[in-house]
Amino acid sequence: MPLRGPASSSRRTAASEVNGGDTAGRLVRPFTLTGGRTQPDRGDFTLITMVIAAPPPPDGGPRLQPEHTRILRLCAEPIVVAELATRLDLPVSVVSIMLCDLLQAERIVVQPPRPVSRTMDLELLQKVREGLDRL
Amino acid sequence: MTGSDATVQKVSAPDTVKILIAGGFGVGKTTMVGSVSEIVPLRTEEPLTAAGLGIDDLNGIEEKKATTVALDFGRITISQDLVLYLFGTPGQQRFWFMWNDLAIGALGAVVLVDVRRPESSFAAIDFFERRKIPFVIGVNGFYGEHPYTPEEIRESLALPEDAQVLLCDARERASSRDVLIALIDELIATTTRTGGRPAPTV
Repeated sequence: MPLRGPASSSRRTAASEVNGGDTAGRLVRPFTLTGGRTQPDRGDFTLITMVIAAPPPPDGGPRLQPEHTRILRLCAEPIVVAELATRLDLPVSVVSIMLCDLLQAERIVVQPPRPVSRTMDLELLQKVREGLDRL
Repeated sequence: MTGSDATVQKVSAPDTVKILIAGGFGVGKTTMVGSVSEIVPLRTEEPLTAAGLGIDDLNGIEEKKATTVALDFGRITISQDLVLYLFGTPGQQRFWFMWNDLAIGALGAVVLVDVRRPESSFAAIDFFERRKIPFVIGVNGFYGEHPYTPEEIRESLALPEDAQVLLCDARERASSRDVLIALIDELIATTTRTGGRPAPTV
């Protein structure tokens, strides 16, 4: 279980170098991408919500931030929010806010996770069971 | 690249479900995620300023330097239209506030226990018990050793008699898979018993 702790990966080290070794700086930076917002306007995004890029509007639509464009490129194929955050190396909270922008601009389509209430879906469970059996 | 495919709007992405892998710090959660995942476990880090805003009082916490909570996860493609995600919950107890969000919509959980320090997993057991989230106990035998029987462990953890306690080795894919299967089997049994409508919980 080697994975925890601050400077445990080269990625972290690189990030703190960019910020001149100031770890607090890394905290502030991601939220500049969101215009200082720390909460998405809509609660559409869970960790396993699927995100898919929508076709761009005929006129190309309004100009996007580079990070928004990166997201669109990454979700050309369906991808869940948690994986997007990892690929972007940004916190889920920041990515959710940017996804919210893209959703409002109709540049992405989202698919919420399979609802799992207290009422379990037998067919779903059996499918998962069979899938695990094949591992 | 983006949107060059006219069918993209009609693409239906696979359904997603998740299972949590919980337990104390260093108990083998990420190891278990990694042993069954089809990808190397991925990690996201949340700044505490966002995740703990208004919830987490950092006063009196020794390690004030901690500014992020790490979350490791893996993926198992069940079929073309269904993908299972495994999330390792943050081990340190002070990050319990993240568990709520994680637990929403989860099929259930595996609580990993290290018999050398079982108390580190008490908080996780309490959490799932209180919220009536189905879970099984995976006793992660370090170096593959299991000094206690499942019965002894069940007793020492004060678990109900029907609680499943499985001896496992989180490093082994087959062993980790069997723990997940035990959880799903229990969900199937409960669902069948109650005709798909388990008693509503408070």
